[in-house]
Amino acid sequence: MTQALRAASASAHGRRRWSRRGVTVTLAVAVPLLAFATLFVGGQTLSPADVMSALAGDGHPETVLVVRELRAPRALLGILVGLGLGVAGTLMQALTRNPLAEPGILGINAGAAAAVVTGMMAGSVAGAPVTGAAGTYLSFVYAFAGAAAASLVVLVLGGAFREGTDPVRLTLAGAACAIVLGAYTHAMTLNQPDLFQAFVHWGVGSLQGRGMDVVWPAATIILPAAVVACLAGRRLNALALGSEMGRALGADPRRLAVVGGVLVVALAGGATAAAGPISFVGLAAPLAVRAVVGPDYRWVVPLSALTAAIIVLFADALGRVVTPPLEVETGVVAALIGAPVFIAMVRRRRWARL
Amino acid sequence: MGPAVNRPVDGSLLVGLGPLRVRTSRRRIVLSSVLAAGLVVIGLVAMGTGTIRFSPAEIVEALAGRGSYAAERVVLGIRAPRLLAGIAVGACLGLSGAVFQNLTGNPLGSPDVIGFVTGAATGAIASIIVFSAGPVVVALAAVGSGLATAVVVVALSGMAGGSGAGGGYRLVLVGIGAAAFLGALNDLMMTRVSGEISVGAQQWLVGSLSSREWTVVWPCLVVLAIGLPVVLALGRRMTAMQLGDDVAAQVGVPVVATRLALTAVGVVLVAAATAATGPISFVALAAPQITWRLAGRGRPALLGTALLGSVLLVTADLVSQLLPDAVNLPVGLVTGLLGGVYLLVLLSRGAR
Repeated sequence: MTQALRAASASAHGRRRWSRRGVTVTLAVAVPLLAFATLFVGGQTLSPADVMSALAGDGHPETVLVVRELRAPRALLGILVGLGLGVAGTLMQALTRNPLAEPGILGINAGAAAAVVTGMMAGSVAGAPVTGAAGTYLSFVYAFAGAAAASLVVLVLGGAFREGTDPVRLTLAGAACAIVLGAYTHAMTLNQPDLFQAFVHWGVGSLQGRGMDVVWPAATIILPAAVVACLAGRRLNALALGSEMGRALGADPRRLAVVGGVLVVALAGGATAAAGPISFVGLAAPLAVRAVVGPDYRWVVPLSALTAAIIVLFADALGRVVTPPLEVETGVVAALIGAPVFIAMVRRRRWARL
Repeated sequence: MGPAVNRPVDGSLLVGLGPLRVRTSRRRIVLSSVLAAGLVVIGLVAMGTGTIRFSPAEIVEALAGRGSYAAERVVLGIRAPRLLAGIAVGACLGLSGAVFQNLTGNPLGSPDVIGFVTGAATGAIASIIVFSAGPVVVALAAVGSGLATAVVVVALSGMAGGSGAGGGYRLVLVGIGAAAFLGALNDLMMTRVSGEISVGAQQWLVGSLSSREWTVVWPCLVVLAIGLPVVLALGRRMTAMQLGDDVAAQVGVPVVATRLALTAVGVVLVAAATAATGPISFVALAAPQITWRLAGRGRPALLGTALLGSVLLVTADLVSQLLPDAVNLPVGLVTGLLGGVYLLVLLSRGAR
């Protein structure tokens, strides 16, 4: 099978320009370096020496607060959200066998948004906090519950648990569910202008104002799922050859759909709960990676995770410095910078189809 | 061989005369007839519903110009244009969706995917926020920026240069990139302005059929009257192109020209619809999918898709009018709720 894939990959791409090991090592080194570099960037200008001493725990208390309580959790969260989105996008493209699938498609973002709106509305009636740190944490809980519930509904209606999973059906169920939930969210905010104000900021997607109380649950949800997904590369390769062929090679498509669905819920649900809906990263990272290293999922899954983490970290850092003292949201920067690069890549390369 | 109907070996029917013959099947004829009849019934109900109620007989009299003064004012002045706008916009969206889903070979390849709707929203939001423009200027700005987006996307995807295989696929990818970029711009504008203005922009973004006058309806009807025959005439080429560009070229289809023509028609259809109502989600995605599940797969049932789009939108508009006043639910949201639930039911019944 590996040989067949290698042959397919070679014929699809001619000679690969970069070795896969080289790309992996470069990206794996770049992520922590970039995360470290973001500690030096922000609305408040700090000298490198200040940042280093603040990390060590001494220096001006305010500097220590900015570096250790604001910037460090934010960098960690950037890595986690990127990992979650990148792997979730790859899995969804593999499971639906649709290169356009991304965390927005299976109804995950829409489910999270619907739950956040409902939670905010019920919360404002019951007197629960909507804004501030407590509000952010509550939104995390609502969003994850909503994302999980919506994806479960999509997987059941899309027939993921039946014999002979149909990828088109799964895609359509996700799109239909996303639209129903989106209409619900829209209707709620349209009839409650105050709610709209609180919600429109959650709805853009940002890493701002999230502390360690969001980083810990996000890490617990995202990291194990990402590891399992990286180990599933061989089975995803088998599935890519079609359900029949996959079965013959020992990958049960139904079981893979169920396990993959659970992983997607954890990864995309966790990332969306932590940062709000960030679109485009989960779509673009796997497509770009596949264009460079070929279709072998043993490489595509981990490399997409690293690429997405770099995109999120970079977008977040850039959003902090372009219009000080105001920030541009991470999701907005990711799309504004990522989309032209993406279009340029689409135009230059022959893209591997799924 | 009769002049109007004959039966080839594969059991499908050829209906029409000479160059106007269309290959169809009995199931499709039944489906289209049922949808057309349903549209008439829903239309009569919709024209009779409102603050003043009319019986079907009164409506027919008013339409014929023999009704009471009040009936003629209400039916001809308010309800008929709204109904026709619903029918025309629904048909335009359904057809446009069918064209793009065929072109891209992807059920998610609806017109908003190639960036048209997001681009239209960019123009509308900018004109509302920056220039506090009125409805007509907003509609023009929306259509202008939507068309500009579509032209840029088509140019960047290299379709005009005869890129051959994968042209439709590259169009979608470039379109998604453009949509992401413009969507981010829209978010940026929406989050930077005060509450009242962004709520106003939000209102436009969901689309509505309320208080549409004849001046709004005519352009859309004209575009539909030209676009529908063009799409139907290109239907056979679309079927051939489903098999891949190489196969289509071998059976004599000018692939690049056809793809450009279809893209142009699809974009103009969705532009006319968006100008009339603002962006209405879901009809373009759902109408072709529901029709194909009802009519059987294979050749796209284009007329049925147009009719289903109309039925979906007019029904949704009726529902949105029947809701109590306290609930503000524009037609664009009802289409999402109704059509989405129906598509989910259809999927869960496992029509495989």
